[in-house]
Order: sequence, then C-alpha cells, then structure tokens
Amino acid sequence: MKNFALAGNPNCGKTTLFNSLTGSTAHVGNWPGVTVDKREGIYKKCEQPVNIVDLPGIYSLSPYTPEEVISRNYILKEKPDCVINIVDATNLERNLYLTTQLLEMDVPVVVALNMMDVVNKEGNDVDAEKLELALGVPVIKISALKGSGLKELMNRAYAETENPRKGRSVISDKTVDKIIDSCRKDLEAKNIDNALFYALKLVEADELVVNTYPEVAEKVKKYTDKTEDKTFGKDFEALIADARYKFISSECSSAFIQNEKNKKTNMSKSDKADKVLTNRILGIPIFLIILFAVFHLTFSENFLFIGALLPEGWVSCAGTAFEGVFGDGGINSPGVILFNLLDLTTSSISDAVASAMETSGASAWASGLLVDGILGGLFAILSFLPQILLLFLFFSILEDSGYMARVAFILDRIFRRFGLSGRAFMPMIMGFGCSVPAMVNTRTLADEKERIATIRVIPFFSCGAKLPILTAIAGGIVMQFGIGNADVITYLMYLLGIVVAIAAVLIMRATTMKGEVPPFIMELPAYHLPQFKSLMLHLWDKVKHFVKKAFTIILASTIVIWFISHFSWSWGYLPDENIDSSILAGLGQLFQPIFTPLGFGSQLGKWGWVFVVAAVTGLIAKENVIATFGTLAACITAGFVADESLEGIDSVVQMISATGITVPALIAFIAFNMLTIPCFAAVATAKAELPGKKSFNMTMLFWVVTSYLVSAMVYTIGSWWWTLFIWLAVWATAITLIVLNNLGKLKIPSRKKIKEVN
Amino acid sequence: MQKKLSEFSVGEKGKVVFVEAEGKLKRRLFDMGVTPAVEIYLRKRAPLGDPIEVTIRGYELTLRISEAKKVLMEVE
Repeated sequence: MKNFALAGNPNCGKTTLFNSLTGSTAHVGNWPGVTVDKREGIYKKCEQPVNIVDLPGIYSLSPYTPEEVISRNYILKEKPDCVINIVDATNLERNLYLTTQLLEMDVPVVVALNMMDVVNKEGNDVDAEKLELALGVPVIKISALKGSGLKELMNRAYAETENPRKGRSVISDKTVDKIIDSCRKDLEAKNIDNALFYALKLVEADELVVNTYPEVAEKVKKYTDKTEDKTFGKDFEALIADARYKFISSECSSAFIQNEKNKKTNMSKSDKADKVLTNRILGIPIFLIILFAVFHLTFSENFLFIGALLPEGWVSCAGTAFEGVFGDGGINSPGVILFNLLDLTTSSISDAVASAMETSGASAWASGLLVDGILGGLFAILSFLPQILLLFLFFSILEDSGYMARVAFILDRIFRRFGLSGRAFMPMIMGFGCSVPAMVNTRTLADEKERIATIRVIPFFSCGAKLPILTAIAGGIVMQFGIGNADVITYLMYLLGIVVAIAAVLIMRATTMKGEVPPFIMELPAYHLPQFKSLMLHLWDKVKHFVKKAFTIILASTIVIWFISHFSWSWGYLPDENIDSSILAGLGQLFQPIFTPLGFGSQLGKWGWVFVVAAVTGLIAKENVIATFGTLAACITAGFVADESLEGIDSVVQMISATGITVPALIAFIAFNMLTIPCFAAVATAKAELPGKKSFNMTMLFWVVTSYLVSAMVYTIGSWWWTLFIWLAVWATAITLIVLNNLGKLKIPSRKKIKEVN
Repeated sequence: MQKKLSEFSVGEKGKVVFVEAEGKLKRRLFDMGVTPAVEIYLRKRAPLGDPIEVTIRGYELTLRISEAKKVLMEVE
C-alpha cells in the first residue's frame, strides 16, 4: 500500500483533513515514544487504498524541537510515496516557509491550499496556478472542513507517486549557492539520498547532520571560515532563512488576490472577541470566571446558587424514583443530574441482578463475586463518566475556539516567575483531561529542563480518572460529617494540585532543573466557533477509551481484588463478614503502618488496610481507587447492615463509618492519590518522553516523596493546627538552604577568576 | 529612526533591521517570519504588560519583551 504523509504548520487544519480523508475508518492511536508519534488511517477513494500518516504540526525542519526531528526523520528515513503539505491559505507566507524546506527533499510533494472557504468568504482568492509555477509542484485548493477539493487532491497526489522527484532549492544567494552545490555533489558521490537537503543543513550547521557527515562538514567549515556575507556576517543559518522568505515574498505572495474592499483595515469578529477576552483589566478576571463556570456546570449541587430562592422541595421529586436526582434544596448542575441519572440506572441493575441471583439460588460466593465484585466495581466507575465527559467537552471547546492560546498569552508573565513559559500552560491544562496526551504534548516545549519539570507536575493537574476519587470522597465527607459543600471541596482539591505543581516547579527550577526561562514565541490563531463534529469525535474517542479501560483493566483488577479479599492464605473461601482474614487484608496490614503519618494507616484499626489497598490498586488505573471501595465496602458493611449494594459516594460513607477515619485523613488520602505515581499508562508515557533512565527514576522518586510529604502535611496540620509552625520552619530552612547554595554557587567561579587574574 | 521592538508603543509599526539573538531563539524568530525588512505592527500588550502581540506577515504572533529586545527596528 502507498504511504502519504501529511505535513504542515500547527493549526493549519491538518487533523481536520486527516479525519475527512480517513473518515470513520480512522485508526486513531497515540503511540508513546519519541520515534512514532503519528496517527495513521486509510483513504479508500483512490485507485488503491492509501495509508495516510498524520505527522506532528511544525513550523520548520530545524533540529530544535522533538516534533521537528520526528517529522523530518519520517520523511527522510521512511520515504513516504508522497508528502501532502497542508498550507493555510489565510496565512500564506509563513506556511510556505515549511514548504520551501520540504521541496528540498527527494520526495514527491503536493501542496494542499486549505481553508479556501474562509478565504473566499472574505471575498479574497489565491492564484493556484501562479503558486504551482513558482513552487514546481501541484497546488490544489481545498477546504478540509467543507470536504471540498479532497478528491482532486488525492488523485493528484496519487499520480505524483509515479514521478520520482529530485529535491529543489528555492535559495538563490551568491554567498552560499556554490558551497551548497559542492556539498550536494560530494554527498551524491557517496550515494546518499536527499543530498540537497543534507547539503543545506550542513551549511546551516545543523548539529544532527554535521555529526553524521563530518568530512563534508569539515569542507563547509573551511569555506565559512574564510567567507563573510555583508548583511549576515558568518551567520549562514540566518542567511538561508532570510533567502527562503525572500523567495516567498517575491514569487508567491502575489498569488494572494485581495479583494479591493478588504484592503482597508476593518475589525473582524475575531478581533472584537479578542478585545474583550485579553483586555488589560478584564482579561484575568474573565479567565478565572470561565474556569470556575466550567467546574460549576460540572459539579455543583446548587446550580447558579439559586437554591435559597426556591420554594422548599421544589425539585426534589420526593417520593418518586427520581428523588434528589435534579436537586435537593437547589437545582443540580447538568453534570450532577447526568451523574445521578446514570447512578440510578446502575443501582437498579445491581439490585435486579442481586435479587435474580437470590431467587435462582446461586451460591453466596457467586452472587458476591458478580454483584459486589464485578458490578460494584464497574458501576462505581461508570457513574462518573458523564462528569468526566462534560469536563472534557468544556476543555475541548476552549481549546478549539482558540481561547487556550490567549490564556497562555495572559498567563505567561505569571508562569515566567516559576521558570516556565506560558506555553507550558497547554500541556498542564490538558492534564486535567488525561496525563498521557498531556505528557506527549510537552514536546512543543523546546527546552529539555522545562519539559522534564512539566512532565513531573502534569499528574498534579488532577485527571478525569482521579475525578471519582475527588467527587466520591468529597460527597462522602459532606454526607457523613455534614460539613462543606462537595463542589467547593472538589474545587479546592484541584487548587491544591495546582499549588503543589507550582511549588514543585519552583523548587526544581531552583535546584536540579536550573536553566534560563525558555522563550515564548507563539502564534495566536484566529478565534473560531468550535466544530460540533470534531467536538463529538473528541468525546466519542474519550468514551471508547473509558469504556474499554473499564471492561479490561478495571474489570480484571476488581475481580482479582474480590478474589484475594475473599480467600484466606489457606485458600479457603471467606464470607463477607470475615474478609478481615483474607490475603488482601494481610498484605494491606503489612503496609498499613507506613501510612500512619498520613492519617490512613495504623490508627484506623481493623479496616484501615482498605485505604492502603485502594491506593495501591490506583497505580494500575486511578479509577480503581473508588472501584476498590465499591468492591470492598459492600463486604465490610455486611458486618453491620445486610445485603446492600453500594456504589461511589455510598461506599465511601460506609468506609468512613467502618474505620472512623477523620476529615483531615480523608483529604490527605485524596491528596496522596492525586500526587503520587500516576496510573500505569501515564508512567509508561513519562518513561518514553523523559530523556533517560536516570531522569525517569528520579521522577518516580519525586512523585513518591511529594505525595507523601504533602499528604502528611495536610493530615497533621488538619488534625493539630499548631504543627503548621513546624512545617513552616522545615520549609523555611529548606528554602534558605537552597537560596544559600545558589548564591554560593555564584561565588565559586568568581573566586576562580580572581585567582586567575592574580 | 531605529529602535528596539520592545520599545514600541501599541499601534506603532516598523520594519525589521536586524535580529541579534543567538542559537535556538534566533532560529525560532526566523522560522516564525521575523526576518530583515519584514513589517511588524504592535497590536497589544498582555494584561500584565508582558508579553506583547504583534501582526507580522498577516498573522498574530506573541513574544516577550525580553525577546522583542533582540529585534532592532526601523521606524519612519
């Protein structure tokens, strides 16, 4: 099968084109690992099916960011049959800069002029023939969104695969022309493919290529040593970049035909929206309100705070099956209503299965395994799906509309204080959805130390899978102790994660991850309304991922947990009341003392091991924490109340009354699960994304130490307020030591210098 | 008159004369189209005064004051 690669700038509509071409057959998968972060799919409407590879979005083929290296290595080494270069027609000049570099490779190239619908709507046009003449490759107008021109694009690309193409340079500059040509000939003599591309990179002093061809590089060095350009001096990299843009300005820019009317600058809708959203005074308050609104819509049980205004019992549906679903006192937010509806459904299913098992006379252990073990565990998790999806939907809308880029713009000044760029905001906020894509996204950060620091704190941005832990325990606290308000507790826990992340970054940037603040040079895309179809695709992906996880790894874990919690060391079956002597209890009790400083260790007595076991199963998948509660709570309550299937919040309530755990310990338990080693998938991704084994091991250690320290702090301060002073003293000492050490380091080289001078 | 891009006020326009950055930063600026003779228009500053947003080659680019200091401009 023929391979086509899609290459283009970030935000040029590449993914939209990929989805339009591959349609529902898209095999979407994120492979972790620096070598293969590309998506593949099949396009069926050519003579023969074609494999489409979606490369990461890039501005250039320089060796500075991992994404650029991935893309260029893919084209150079995997040799696709054709490269489809997507060019945003609304932003021709900068997009063609990448095109000029792709043209240098020995591969057929077809330019897809995307977003023509937007260009035409504004009354403008692009002269494709003129571009075709200038670039020497086919140029086809398309609109990936509207699906127009795709067939022609693919047919032209297919036809091009029959014409092998030699690399061509658009650079015409007498200082470098000769040396490029002579390098190309040297490389061709060695039978090296893409000789022109490498020759140019040698002149640009691209370190990756210089190391590969040292002899030719030597020759370039000799030439550059004795040559000097009158504008750029010895800076050949700058000279070449400038030559590319010169070519674009003189040969291509005139292909954009602007409507006479548009030549006067008038404000577009996007500009108007921007004036408000990034307003100097309103910008930051608006951002905070949007963030709060997202959480309020998802978690609040007093929607819009109108509870006090409503007549009593107005929405409670008391006496019906829907009691409390839509609200109790106040109106529930959409997220909570969906949660309640699903919860209602799943608990009716559990009840029905339980009574069916009973009437059919199934043995106690079979019914226990099915109802408490499997259904209890699965449903505890599934009922959180609506809220996870809603949160994810809001973040997708913010991202697709172009607002997220503005948030980076607004917050950069603050981020810089912590030694990061506003760009690090993106992967961090993605962490609220899932750590895996967030960690992959750190590749957009050019600075390695910034990347490591960001990857380490991503799990602190509590992901969708950790949401059940937050909601269930917060709900449990409210129900059992009658204090606080579930969405406020959840919001505060999210905030705790952010605060710890900031503190951790600050400490890292002052100690092990020292470095200059990386640059912040970023495109701000035009605002546009999010596409309904692409939002739904995002959501559907998420649902599939979640359901798949629920029915594989989580299902398997709940079954294993149930078995080892219902069998003793001598392999005898234990009824629910006796799971205290099970294998699982034994293992949990072994580790229980370690967690005593965190409030969920030895002090909880008989049932305390459940918290330990839940935290450990969370290392497989964070959903397991609450699933484990779901599986075990029913058994524990069997000692008190007979035969009740328990899910989510109820199971936490049962755990609280069984163990007598305190509020600070519960908060510490949430904090521990939020900050400790993330799930298996995230750990694997971190391993692939981090630069070496040592930094990975340090990262694991960092997670363990951070979670332990923070949870211990939460528990002790929450239980005995005066311990606050002890913690403050400890931290003050640590910070002073770090600062002194840094100042000391500044002195050492200067002392040496003094000696040299003497 | 020549001045740095960082010294522009909102609404000011000029042409790039020289980019005095080094290594990655310089390459990044070039890749984003900040090359000699190109026209840059300062659109606005972020709420906290830094970074800035400019219009260049028909699109919006944001960069920090510290990076804009490296871009020498010619204004009429």
